Amino acid sequence: MTENSKIKIAVASGKGGTGKTLVSTNLFWTAQNAGFPVTLVDCDAEEPNVAEFVSGDVLYTDTVTQNIPVINPELCVFCGKCFNYCNYNAIVYLPANHFIQVVEDLCHDCGACLVACKFDAITEKEKQLGTVKSMYLNSHAEIIEACADVGVYSPVPVIKKAIKEASDKVLAIFDSPPGISCPFIATVENADYVILVTEPTPFGLNDLKLSVETLQQLHKPFGVIVNRAGLGNREVYNWLQQNKIALLLEIPFDREIARIYSEGRLLAEEKPAYQLQFKQLLKAIEKSVKR
Amino acid sequence: MNEIVILSGKGGTGKTSLSAAFATLNNNTIVADCDVDAANLHLILNPVNYFERNFTTGHKAVIEYTTCTNCGLCVDYCRFDAISLQNGKVTISEVSCDGCKLCSRICPSHSIQMIPSDKSRWYAGNYRNGKMVHARLAPGEENSGKLVNVVRENARKTAQETGWDTVIIDGPPGTGCPVISSVTGTNKAIIVTEPTNSGFHDMKRVLEITANFKVKSYVVINKYDLNEAITSKIESWCEENNIPVAGKIQFDEQIVEAMINCQSITEWKPESETSKEITSIYNAIFNDQYSTAYRITSQ
Repeated sequence: MTENSKIKIAVASGKGGTGKTLVSTNLFWTAQNAGFPVTLVDCDAEEPNVAEFVSGDVLYTDTVTQNIPVINPELCVFCGKCFNYCNYNAIVYLPANHFIQVVEDLCHDCGACLVACKFDAITEKEKQLGTVKSMYLNSHAEIIEACADVGVYSPVPVIKKAIKEASDKVLAIFDSPPGISCPFIATVENADYVILVTEPTPFGLNDLKLSVETLQQLHKPFGVIVNRAGLGNREVYNWLQQNKIALLLEIPFDREIARIYSEGRLLAEEKPAYQLQFKQLLKAIEKSVKR
Repeated sequence: MNEIVILSGKGGTGKTSLSAAFATLNNNTIVADCDVDAANLHLILNPVNYFERNFTTGHKAVIEYTTCTNCGLCVDYCRFDAISLQNGKVTISEVSCDGCKLCSRICPSHSIQMIPSDKSRWYAGNYRNGKMVHARLAPGEENSGKLVNVVRENARKTAQETGWDTVIIDGPPGTGCPVISSVTGTNKAIIVTEPTNSGFHDMKRVLEITANFKVKSYVVINKYDLNEAITSKIESWCEENNIPVAGKIQFDEQIVEAMINCQSITEWKPESETSKEITSIYNAIFNDQYSTAYRITSQ
């Protein structure tokens, strides 16, 4: 890693449990162990697990909030304009009963009701959506964790905040949420390169195809890591070859690797051969991004 | 009606493989695949769809440049940072637009239209043991739980029409809205976990949700032999918290073999240890007639 480069790598997969966190934590550990300044951002805000593997002293914890409208019954004339403006059914309006109420869980913080109200009857309050926590591993390595409160309508505002905190970092690695919906897009749209982690099974291949289709629409460069190689069949490899997609690395299925992962330990720390592979992978990605 | 949801928190613990086995143990079963973001159950159950519908997840703002004056008012009003002025031209990021409609309402020249995002779909079909309702969320859409609700409603409707009373729900990973939509109104929840620190941690987060909804919950430890020490920790924790562990399934490559052959493990190797254990879990949970009250308390 050269001093002046700024690189953001997202580690993602359509299917859950393929090994995203295994890859992101090991890449992070390898980079910091080689003395490179690096930040790992846990963007899987519904189930953040990075801190089970790499953690440190908490530097700060920020809360992430959204605005929620508050309707003042003294000023409200029950005209219903805010109800009409709300596109999320977050306002219940019963004109005959002079009843109006905000359903906080449905509000997306768009501000339309505020614009709608001509009687200054709507103000806003803050509601917590989650937290962004910064952890200090050493002078050149930091972990930023996005954690959404259970059941919030979308983890995206929390993910965006965490990614923003890492915007000026030299090397940032994003541990993406599973799937290909909004939270995944919010993570990969800010990355220069995406590593997709899959496994050589029909489920793995099906979800890999969906992720690849989405990344191609976004014009993002990407490559694939096959985890638990040796299980399943050759279909994933055949498909990668047919579509000329780079196979970056294979991690074999091995009970010892499974055990190391299960206890929150790091493959790169315990097996120098993997450390070397992760280091080469980082260099290769840097080279391809800068080209 | 007996609605049973299978969840995990962490992905890849084996929700879908277990759902597939449960779905093929008895006839007259209705299955709802609520993991609409990365649906896989259809790969094993291979339903023949008799019904297909588009689903509108929301709207996206689109600018009519022939009338747009590039005044930039919409840029100021948008709270999703989806609109920006690029070289003096108003530009909307489709990815960031939340579909709130505010820009189209305040535009002085009425140059913003809202176009429905209707690329998501849901389906109903027949599979070898019954009927299946499933869906496909289009890439980049908000997984708000609305499509999950559609799948749930139609699975219920199918149950009423057929008179079959078991609905098996393959749930999504995580702890967000789609999970809440999958849990609401169910009778029982099965949390599939694995003996990893992450699996254990995420299981506890999902149990908070099922406890909030007063849904009776059971834990199944999959691949338990990959780390027996953590398996014991999970078992002790469940015992302390009065959550029944309905069974433990060993790591078994035959589950992957079954998947490759488009079968569930109980179809592929019915006499295997794994299949016997899964059948015993099924019987324990599906025949447990609320003999105990809701025992789980909020953590």
